[in-house]
Amino acid sequence: MHEVDMTRALLLAMERWKEGHTPQQPQVGRVHLEVGAFTCVEPEQLRHTWGVAIRTTWLEGADLAIEPVALVGRCLGCQATYSPDAARGYRSPCCDHPMEEIVRGRELRIRSVDYHLPELPLAPEPLGLTPHRAAAAASASIPTFSTP
Amino acid sequence: MHMPLEDNLGLNLLAANQHQASHNREHFDAWNLLCLNVMSSPGAGKTSLLERTLAQLSSTYAMAVLEGDMTTQLDAERLEAVGIPVVPITTGRSCHLDAAMVSGGLRMLRQRLDPASLDLLWVENVGNLVCPAEFEVGEHRKVALLSVTEGEDKPLKYPVMFREADCVLITKTDLLPYLPVAVERIEEHIRQVNPRCQVLRVSASNGEGLECWHQWLGDQVALQRSLASPAARLLAIP
Repeated sequence: MHEVDMTRALLLAMERWKEGHTPQQPQVGRVHLEVGAFTCVEPEQLRHTWGVAIRTTWLEGADLAIEPVALVGRCLGCQATYSPDAARGYRSPCCDHPMEEIVRGRELRIRSVDYHLPELPLAPEPLGLTPHRAAAAASASIPTFSTP
Repeated sequence: MHMPLEDNLGLNLLAANQHQASHNREHFDAWNLLCLNVMSSPGAGKTSLLERTLAQLSSTYAMAVLEGDMTTQLDAERLEAVGIPVVPITTGRSCHLDAAMVSGGLRMLRQRLDPASLDLLWVENVGNLVCPAEFEVGEHRKVALLSVTEGEDKPLKYPVMFREADCVLITKTDLLPYLPVAVERIEEHIRQVNPRCQVLRVSASNGEGLECWHQWLGDQVALQRSLASPAARLLAIP
């Protein structure tokens, strides 16, 4: 059931992202999500609820690409990283130390969004756009990029 | 032309909830109270423990409870009977409380009392070992309960909950003589996923371990007050 709540959180985040493009209506092709192994989210379930939740919404047809992130711990005995395993009680294989530090595996992160922006509707312009104004309109449709 | 674009967001999926949780915590700090989020599977004994603890500590601390339940208000009625203000939060189909629901509960609580008069605010979460672990509500400490009847392996099966907890209470220890369960194994499994948390054995039925649990609570209240005091704030400024 928690995948439903996670989907709700994802839709809310997408809604906010869309608002950043107002008045443009971005058409989303794919959302890339990182899901850590040490979270309460089952990727297949999440993909399923996503598919159901986006029907008849502005996101209809958008694909959810889930990138699993394996659990990585750091052994505080020798500082080596290792793959904690429930069968070993998450202890480090090197020093048999309990899992103190988690380096990766707690991610629930929208990494990126692939999308299109529809062409800007041209304002009634009896003389048409000059090449200079057309270039300005095109650059205005490109969102700002940020580094992860 | 439709130009393919990509926005690199690096955005936490739960950012909106965390934002609201931080907002709730700012209120708790301004009111100088300690907020505890109590979580466990259904039937581990959250309400029974709270009944006992609220009754024993009501003369020491001013307290209130935000009581999360999916459908009924039965637990809220049980706790209200102890004489502590309780605000029920019915979550409907949602299997956990989130920060917005707790914010709504706080608004209702403020209609009944001034939260600045409280020492301790309890949030009793919906019975569930999975989702509540991921949704902060603004609490200062997370308390997870695990009853001895649930078996020794639960900390390994539901590691996120026990990893996140500041204190794990092993409940219903009065039943240990009747069960093929080694409580030491439960403790060992908890420490494997969370070596730093406080682990206590308690029974709300015969009172075993409640003294240690109430001592831990008192320490947390004192710690929170010392952090929230104006003198501590001044000292924290580099």
